[in-house]
Amino acid sequence: MLDVLVRGARVIDPASGLDETADVWVVAGRVQRIAPRLDLPAERIEETRVVDGAGLWLVPGFFDMHVHLREPGEEYKETIATGTASAVSGGYAAVACMPNTNPVNDCAPVTEFILKRAEQAGSCTVFPVGAISKGLRGKELSEFGELRAAGAVAVTDDGRPVTDGRLMRRALEYARRFDLVVISHAEDLSLSEGGLMNEGAMSTRLGLRGIPWVAESAMVARDLMLAELTGSRIHIAHVSTEASVRLIREAKSRGVPVTAETAPHYFTLSDDVLSGFDTVYKVNPPLRSREDRKAVKEALADGTIDCIATDHAPHSLLEKDIEFEYAASGMIGLESAFPLVCGLVHEGVLTPGGAIAALTWNPARILDVPVGRLQEGAPATFTLVDPNAEYVIDADSFQSKSRNCPFHGRRVKGRVLLTAVEGKAAFVYRKP
Amino acid sequence: MQFSRKDLLGIRELEAFEIEHILQTAESFKEVNLRSIKKVPTLRGKTVVHLFYEPSTRTRTSFDIAAKRLSADTFSITASTSSMVKGETFLDTVKNLEAMKPDVLIVRHSASGAPHRIAARTSASVINAGDGMHEHPSQALLDMLTIRQHAGRLEGLTVLIVGDLAHSRVARSNIWGLTRMGSRVVVCGPPTLIPPHMDRMGAEVHDRLQEVIPEADVIMVLRLQKERQDQMLLPSLREYAVYYGVDRDKLRHARKDVLIMHPGPMNRGVEISPDVADGPSSLILDQVTNGVAVRMALLYLLIQREGAASGTADPSV
Repeated sequence: MLDVLVRGARVIDPASGLDETADVWVVAGRVQRIAPRLDLPAERIEETRVVDGAGLWLVPGFFDMHVHLREPGEEYKETIATGTASAVSGGYAAVACMPNTNPVNDCAPVTEFILKRAEQAGSCTVFPVGAISKGLRGKELSEFGELRAAGAVAVTDDGRPVTDGRLMRRALEYARRFDLVVISHAEDLSLSEGGLMNEGAMSTRLGLRGIPWVAESAMVARDLMLAELTGSRIHIAHVSTEASVRLIREAKSRGVPVTAETAPHYFTLSDDVLSGFDTVYKVNPPLRSREDRKAVKEALADGTIDCIATDHAPHSLLEKDIEFEYAASGMIGLESAFPLVCGLVHEGVLTPGGAIAALTWNPARILDVPVGRLQEGAPATFTLVDPNAEYVIDADSFQSKSRNCPFHGRRVKGRVLLTAVEGKAAFVYRKP
Repeated sequence: MQFSRKDLLGIRELEAFEIEHILQTAESFKEVNLRSIKKVPTLRGKTVVHLFYEPSTRTRTSFDIAAKRLSADTFSITASTSSMVKGETFLDTVKNLEAMKPDVLIVRHSASGAPHRIAARTSASVINAGDGMHEHPSQALLDMLTIRQHAGRLEGLTVLIVGDLAHSRVARSNIWGLTRMGSRVVVCGPPTLIPPHMDRMGAEVHDRLQEVIPEADVIMVLRLQKERQDQMLLPSLREYAVYYGVDRDKLRHARKDVLIMHPGPMNRGVEISPDVADGPSSLILDQVTNGVAVRMALLYLLIQREGAASGTADPSV
C-alpha cells in the first residue's frame, strides 16, 4: 500500500473543479489530505516517501471507456492481464471493455468471467460492456437485466452497427430501465461496404476502395433522432467526421441526451499517412481528411465531444502483416494516448483541465462509474505525469501483446510516471 | 544513363527522364523481336519469378516472352486466391520467395499495394504487373511507346481515357505517365465510375463523351467489368454502350487521325464497337506487340542495375 507525499504538483481534479499547486498525502493507500502545504506530523516524516512534484501534474487515474481486451477468444492478440497492464502503463486506472469477444459478452457468464480475470490480473479496474444484441447478430436484444446484474455498465454492438432501426429504438427504450447507456458504433454498412480507407483524393490515388464520411454521419443522424424519440441517453463512439460533429453539436444544443467520444488517432492523423499502404493505419472508422481532423479538435475544445477513448484494438501480425485489403482494422492506443492528448494542450487546443476531464471525469460520468476523481479518504487512484517530458514512442517497450501502434517512432511530449490504482502503485516509470 | 531503381512499382514515382530512358531502351529491343531467332543472351543465368495472385493471360505471357527472349530462367507461382485464404501468411510467402534467390519478382495482385509490401521485404527487384485498382506501370509504358510510335510525340497531345476510371489501374498509371510526359489527359465516364478528386491527379474530368471526343488525338477505351451493374454503378450495359461505348457514330466528330487504344480484353459491343476495334485507327494489337519490348526493357534495366559492371548487358548483343 502506498505511503507517499507528493509535494508541489499541479493537482487537477475536474470533478471538483480543483486545479492548483498542492501537496497530496497518501497513507496506507488512502488519500489522507490534499492541501496547498502539508506539514507531516513528526512521527510520520521518517516512514513517508516524499516525491518532488514540481512541474508534474497529479490527476485522477485515467478512465478509458472504449478498449478491446480480446479475452475471451483471441488471447493471442491480448489478454485481460496484458491489456490492463498496458492500461496502467498508459496512466489508466480503469477501462471499459467492448463485448465483441468470442464468445460475445451477451450474457452473465461472460461478464462474470471478464470480471474474475480482471480481479486476478489485479492491474486496473475493468468495467465490462455488454452486447446490445445476442451474438452481435443485430436480431434480438440481449438480456440487459442479467448483464447489468452481472456487472455490465453499458451496452453496444461495437465493431458493427445496429443496422435495424427498430432494434436500436427498442435497445434505447429498454436500456433505460436498467440505467444502461447505449453506445453507438455509427456506420451505414451499405455505404461503407468494401471500403478500406477514407474516400477522398488519397483513396483515388492509391486505388483503395473508399468509405465516405456519410457512412458514419448518416448513422449518427439516425441514432440522434432515435435518442430524441425515446428520450434515452445515447453515446456516439469514435467520432471521426466533421458532419458527425456538426450533428452532435446541433442535437446537444436542442437538449438531446447525447454524449460522444473520439480517439487520439482522429485528432492526430489524417488519411495522408496511408500513402505507403501501411496496414498499421487501417482502422474503422478510417482516418479522415485534414478538415475532419480539424473539426474533431474544435469539437473537443468546445465540449461537443465529451471525452477521449483509445478504441485500443490489438491485432497480431497474422491480421496486420498482409495485404492492405485483407488486413484487420484497428490500432492499439492505451500506451500512446496521454502524450497525444498532452499534445493538444501544448498546441493550445485544450486546457490542462479540459484534457484531464476528457480522460477522467467525463467518461466516468457518461457511464456513471465510480472512478475518475480525487477524493480525500478514498483509496488512492491517481496518475502522476510530466507534461513536458520529451521522448520518442517505442512500441517495443509496450505492455500490450500487440504492436499495431501507428505512433511508434513519433517524438512526443508528456509522460506517465506513476499510476496508482486503489492504493497500490500499479505502474511506475523506470528509466530504461 | 543508369537506371538506379531497385523496383518498378508505379509510374507515379518515375521522373520524366526515367520514362524517356525506359521508352528508348524499349525501342532498341523492338528489333530483337523481329529477328528470326528472337533470343539474346543478355540475362543468361538470371531468375525471373512470375507471382500472379490474379488471373492474367496477356500480361503474364508478355513478361514471360520478354524474359525468355533475354535468356533469363522463368518460374511461375500462381495462386487463384489470396495467401490469407490459402492459410499461408503473406509474410511467409515473401520469405519463401526470398529463399529461392530470384533476381526479379513480377507481381500481379488483386490488392492495391501488395507489390509494395513485397518490395520492402525482398532484395530482388519487384515489378508491379498490376495491383488492384492502383497501378499497372508496364501497361502505361507500352501505351506511351505505342502513342509515340504513331503520333510521333507525347508532348502536347490530348489523350482521352474513357470508361470505368474508378476501378482502372491502367487509367491511373496512364494519367500520371502521360501528364508527366507533357500530354493533356481528359477522362470521361459516368459519374458513378469517376472516383473523387481525380482532377487532383492531373486529369480533366468530364462525363459527356461526345463533347470531348473532338479534342482527342488519342482515345483510350477502358474495359468495363460486367459486375459493375450488380454493384449499382450502372443501370445496364446497354445504356452504358449508348452513352459511353466508342463506336463509329460517336467518332464522326473525332479528328481524322485519331488513334484508338484498349488495354484488353475487350467487351466488343459494350465499351467499343467491333468495327472501331478492328478499324484502321486501332492500335490495339500494336500495344500488345510493344508490350514485349517494354517488358524486356524493364527486366534489362532493373537487372543491369546490379550487373552493370559485368559488361554483359548490351541489348545489341
